[in-house]
Amino acid sequence: MKFIAIFAVLITGFLLAYATIDMPDWGDPNSPPSTHVSPRYIEKVIIETATPNMVTAVLADYRGYDTLGETVVIFTAGIVCILLLRRSPDG
Amino acid sequence: MVKLYENLIVQTVSRLLIPAMQIFGLYVIAHGHGSPGGGFQGGCILGASYILMLAAYDIAELKRHMSETLNTILCCTGVLIYAGIGLLCVILGGNFLDYSVLYKILPVDPVKARYMGMLGVEIGVGIAVMSVMISIFLNIASAGEHEGAAR
Amino acid sequence: MDTIDFIIGKYNYWVYIILMMIGFYAMIAKNNFGKKLVGMNIFQTAIILYFISTASKKGGATIPITLSEHMGAGVSTVNAVQYLNPLPHVLMLTAIVVMVSTFGVALAILIMLYKKYKTLEEDEILGIIKAGKES
Repeated sequence: MKFIAIFAVLITGFLLAYATIDMPDWGDPNSPPSTHVSPRYIEKVIIETATPNMVTAVLADYRGYDTLGETVVIFTAGIVCILLLRRSPDG
Repeated sequence: MVKLYENLIVQTVSRLLIPAMQIFGLYVIAHGHGSPGGGFQGGCILGASYILMLAAYDIAELKRHMSETLNTILCCTGVLIYAGIGLLCVILGGNFLDYSVLYKILPVDPVKARYMGMLGVEIGVGIAVMSVMISIFLNIASAGEHEGAAR
Repeated sequence: MDTIDFIIGKYNYWVYIILMMIGFYAMIAKNNFGKKLVGMNIFQTAIILYFISTASKKGGATIPITLSEHMGAGVSTVNAVQYLNPLPHVLMLTAIVVMVSTFGVALAILIMLYKKYKTLEEDEILGIIKAGKES
């Protein structure tokens, strides 16, 4: 059983490493994640929102809808833990 | 009642540390605009201060400072603040979560109104994360029975 | 030097893939459910670090907080090459919160499993279920 697990892990690791041949180099300023919309956020964040911290500005203003879904996710996790585990004191 | 001579060092040190942690958590939420921080990070620090109280003392001591009803109400209030600010922007005439129309009720210009909208939203997120951290830890550590568990 | 350049350009991905595979092995090969959960946590942390490593820029880029000398009044002299890419950091904040939520719910389910079967080993639980089905 453990031999099948090790074999599956090695095959998956080799396939993932083979896929990194096409990926951009480490620290490349012209890689696809660092172009298209990210320079627009970096250059316009002071003009449009007066916030020096770019991470907070993108999280709460430009992508504020995703953060609303995020807050609902953690609220749901809290409610699920209460519903699964909490039982009223036996009187 | 706090039992003396049981973990005396841990209890004394946590008495000094818990107010300092809470002030630092509020600082991280409020200064999320100029230094690294924000709602999630400050909420985790605030939740960790109550978890330290639970680890050093017992469940009855935590219930005196943060009862279960208050915890559940705070958890819902955080999400309500976030969605409430979004709906307020719709009522004032803009899109959902478009903070620039908040200049009609706040005495600032539209660019600064986005700053104020972000601050309100981060406060809502911080409150929600703090209460959910306390609630998850309390329920898992005591396996659901808050009265009969020893620690 | 082509091989050395290739290795220097890609070795961050390989290190995180090794970490991912350690977590993956723990999830499928261990027998205890608590150890499987720890493997899941390692896997998720490795994925978060993998995405953060794609956000760096060479040539002296600084953290994504605007320096005070670039903040004019209404005019910004910010060049996008001087700052790190903030988008992977933002998405990984969401991913960390999802990680904590799934870990909390998984621990709650683990406590309920223990209350019902009195053990946390996978083969013993399967044996109890099979014996209950045959009787």
